Amino acid sequence: MTALLRVEDLRVRFRTMGPLKALATGTKAPFIDAVCGVSFEIRKGETLALVGESGSGKSTIARTIIGLQRAVSGSICFDGQEIEELSGTERKPYLRRMAMMFQDPVGSLSPRLTVRSLLTEPFRIHGIKRRDAGGEAERLLRLVGLPADFARRYPHQLSGGQARRIGIARALALNPDLIIADEPTAGLDVSVQGEVLNLLARLQDELGMAILIITHNLNVVRHMTDRMAIMYLGRFIEVGSTERIFDQPRHPYTEALLAANPEPDPDAVLNRIELKGEVPSLLRRPSGCEFHTRCRYAQDLCSRVFPEPSTNPNDAEHNFRCHFPLKGEIVSGLMLSHPVSVGTERS
Amino acid sequence: MRRDDLIQHTSAPPLLEIRDLSLDFGTPRGRVRALRNVSLDVPAAQVVGIVGESGSGKSTLAYTVMGLLSENADVTSGSILFEGKDLLKIPARARRSLLGDRLSMVFQDPMTALNPVRTIENQMIDIQHHGQGSRSEKRARAVDMLHRVGIPDPKNRLGAYPHQFSGGMRQRVCIAMALLVKPALLVADEPTTALDATLEVQIIHLLKDLQTEIGCSILFVSHHLGAVAELCDRVAVMYAGEVVEQGAVRDIFHNPAHPYTRALLECDPGRIKKSTRTLPTIPGEVPSLLGSTKGCIFRTRCPQAFNRCVQEDPVEYRIGVDQVARCHLLGDERLVPA
Repeated sequence: MTALLRVEDLRVRFRTMGPLKALATGTKAPFIDAVCGVSFEIRKGETLALVGESGSGKSTIARTIIGLQRAVSGSICFDGQEIEELSGTERKPYLRRMAMMFQDPVGSLSPRLTVRSLLTEPFRIHGIKRRDAGGEAERLLRLVGLPADFARRYPHQLSGGQARRIGIARALALNPDLIIADEPTAGLDVSVQGEVLNLLARLQDELGMAILIITHNLNVVRHMTDRMAIMYLGRFIEVGSTERIFDQPRHPYTEALLAANPEPDPDAVLNRIELKGEVPSLLRRPSGCEFHTRCRYAQDLCSRVFPEPSTNPNDAEHNFRCHFPLKGEIVSGLMLSHPVSVGTERS
Repeated sequence: MRRDDLIQHTSAPPLLEIRDLSLDFGTPRGRVRALRNVSLDVPAAQVVGIVGESGSGKSTLAYTVMGLLSENADVTSGSILFEGKDLLKIPARARRSLLGDRLSMVFQDPMTALNPVRTIENQMIDIQHHGQGSRSEKRARAVDMLHRVGIPDPKNRLGAYPHQFSGGMRQRVCIAMALLVKPALLVADEPTTALDATLEVQIIHLLKDLQTEIGCSILFVSHHLGAVAELCDRVAVMYAGEVVEQGAVRDIFHNPAHPYTRALLECDPGRIKKSTRTLPTIPGEVPSLLGSTKGCIFRTRCPQAFNRCVQEDPVEYRIGVDQVARCHLLGDERLVPA
């Protein structure tokens, strides 16, 4: 399969203070790197998840892909064409083939437009003349399982789940090759959450688009995605097939994230891993491995040396950045001093 | 870790006793019957969870206990006994003076629960207005509490404004403020919904530790079944304004008796260990609560509904020692109406 979207060494930067203030305070780099050298690809019809806590840069990646945010360096290649350098109008035909579902289902719909105008807005934006706008709106509503009379409603008359469905219908309007879903289940009840995810899965089976899901809900990831990438402070710390990562996480942060999901069983063995503290500020990135401040396995080496990515010998697609990856084979020479050998066993 | 010995009913009356509470909201389209015949006990030193989907009335119930309802709310029947006094009958002044003293609350959104233009110090001293002691003693207590909820360097952070804290830190400040007054009952309305999963774990553990330490009761409202399972001793499941089932946390999660509880538990993707493309859902929608209803409120979505469900309201049936559910299916001879 060929890559539909290839992102290479993407770096997105936000200014933290004006140039004058930076000069006055003697700050050499008045920036924070929200996304820090991220590379990945999405193949046709595939589902990839970006997972991480708030502030890890997952939404920034999505916004950069669809051009709401400029990258400082790196390339974004869509279907063989480099799009990051293109200007607004040159980029438009490519943007037409990507669609974004925003995080806040009701907030992302204009309150003064009816569902019908909301659904046909993508056609107007991309200058596609449709004689039968009403019919088109009806088709989209049917696709997401809503009755046709919803076309007359306004966003405030929709429930959270219904607004989410309208968001999906809008994203599907132009038959995109890629859908970027930013927290598709945030704020929804468990029963409605299932409905929305089932709908996305069914539409993907029918229409064959690729999906990039951004979420912090690992339950969503397990059932919906082929591959996943875990982010921490703007970097990928572990990438691989969803099955493999759930089965055998190698990075301690992934392990903690997987364990942080309270199980609906009062007798569940409480092998929870409680992470200390919060995500560090991007203004003051920790030295060495950036996770060492919260890592329960951190050693002296971790605070000094930035870990290079290593590969799982059994799975070339499974990469992680950790000096002392969890159980499993020793990958590079550095890991010969694995803590397991000195008796601090992990399970 | 769980205090099983306390789950057994003792002769002492519960700290909070909600009896047959019904509440309407007056709207231009008619009366919305938001709570109907809700009965619930919160025993002393226990954590009681309320779970349900949005619109099930769980937050309304919490706000009713706190007396924070909007103008158009109208309690039509029932009583809320707190430490033997009916909160709905005592004068407004007396009720107000309970807040921030015997009763306190943690709100859902830590971003809006604090006053943005006053320092944490002022807000934490103000909340102790019932307490004795000088300003500096109150400040010392605030510092001590911030330390206990895990805010690093509390002495210096005390002078900070809410916007200088992250979301997780702000929720910790809110919890510190609510527990600073050593309440008998803490009402926590979805305190972890706005937070990341790793912070949620921290906050749940924090609540549990502080609850054990202070010995207060907690009424914990949440739609997150995992959080409830981990924190609570007892659980009440609400659907469309009714408590459909309640009991000890183990009974509810291991042996749910009401079809809605079963459906809700099955929906949780955290339960499904094998990867699947189709997740279970509860088909249909929550019915409108406008006007009066007859029959079981869940019948339109219930896979096991039969004639009786349309005709009569189900009564509560007792299952085992400490579990009650409102469902006609339980109405055969081996069970006795509660």
